[in-house]
Amino acid sequence: MIELNDVHKSFGKVEVLKGITASIAKSEVVCIIGPSGSGKSTILRCINGLESYDRGDISVEGARVNRDDRSIVAIRTQVSMVFQRFNLFPHRTALENVIEGPLYVKKEPREQAIARGRALLAQVGLAEKADVHPPKLSGGQQQRVAIARALAMQPKAILFDEPTSALDPELVGEVLAVMRKLADDGMTMVVVTHEMGFARDVADRVLFIDGGVIVEQGAAKSVLNQPQHARTQDFLRRVLHPL
Amino acid sequence: MQKFFHDAVEFVPILLQGVWLTIVVTIGSLLLSTVLGLVWALMRVSGIGFFVGLSASVINVIRGIPIIVLLFYIYFVMPDFGIALTALQAAIIGLGIAYSAYQAENFRAGIEAIDKGQIEAAQTIGMGWWLTMRRVVLPQAVRIVLPPYGNIMIMMLKDSSQASTITVAELALQGKLIASSTFKNTSVFTLVALMYLTMSIPLILLVRHFEKKANHK
Repeated sequence: MIELNDVHKSFGKVEVLKGITASIAKSEVVCIIGPSGSGKSTILRCINGLESYDRGDISVEGARVNRDDRSIVAIRTQVSMVFQRFNLFPHRTALENVIEGPLYVKKEPREQAIARGRALLAQVGLAEKADVHPPKLSGGQQQRVAIARALAMQPKAILFDEPTSALDPELVGEVLAVMRKLADDGMTMVVVTHEMGFARDVADRVLFIDGGVIVEQGAAKSVLNQPQHARTQDFLRRVLHPL
Repeated sequence: MQKFFHDAVEFVPILLQGVWLTIVVTIGSLLLSTVLGLVWALMRVSGIGFFVGLSASVINVIRGIPIIVLLFYIYFVMPDFGIALTALQAAIIGLGIAYSAYQAENFRAGIEAIDKGQIEAAQTIGMGWWLTMRRVVLPQAVRIVLPPYGNIMIMMLKDSSQASTITVAELALQGKLIASSTFKNTSVFTLVALMYLTMSIPLILLVRHFEKKANHK
């Protein structure tokens, strides 16, 4: 449902994506791994039009992604995003964060949005935090609210941009558990992550990106357990055995 | 001292008429400057080249002209172009325009203080520019903007006295008129100063309240 075809992107003189071609099928979970600065996040940001791209094509269910066109709004409501730093609205409660999109973008009736918002918060284990403002929640709780906010748009896919990188280690598990549940329920997910355990257990496919190109890709277990390319092997060794 | 109180009883009712006009000028120009300032600020952060340039130029031109010259221009020059305003209208418009530049810079600072990540989050749930402003940015920017806004209110209250230069008989001019006809300078200007101070104190307390609230957050 998400197609990338020879996507190029430069920031000034630095070319961060040098021809990315990939396709993500419905209900597929794809993890993107690679060193920082390799262009992983930029791929996600191009898919939902937070960044423009210079060359190539990106389409979501056949609709071309163009951030300067009105159609981008429809694409964004189909492809939600979860950020590394949560990016919740601090002046609104957890529930208000979740129902903001349904109420003001999708114009759902208030009662319906609230009922579904509460159900989503319950789904991520935060039913009792509905009326709490984000600054009073832990990082893990904030990220779970952010996932509920993404789900509230009833998206066809969710992009996760290093969703656990800003969390204290003991809070990573609760967020990954919610994501694992989503994957089990058949959500299409593209996850930029450094959590190799999650990638191995949950992802259908792994893309290893370095220097703006896909160096290696394949079934999660084979890429992570028997990497073919020297750069992948080197990266995995450093991530899995940092000492 | 006794003489002062005697003068006070005599002059306060006349000065109060000036107080009334001071309040009208202050509130009128405050409203105008707020609306204009918000327009300039939104243009400035719109990301649309034409609007960004236009608002930057307008702000700089306004900032570079003394309030008193602006008032003269509106009151004495505009009639040559067929726009004749009463002194009160000219005062409100002049002060409103003059202060819109400061309001704009204050609003812009507040808007730009909001984390870009939140704006991106708003975009990813399908919000457009205006909806993002209304639901995400402005409600938070208000908290940041309020303490400086209170200070601008105090400055505007005092600068409303410049309206006296184009014959608006607000507090300062009313005082000057009484003083020049009675030669009781000390009593009159002490009273005028006390009246400005009395009007400022609630505003000063308001600013302190805003600051406490902003820090609390």
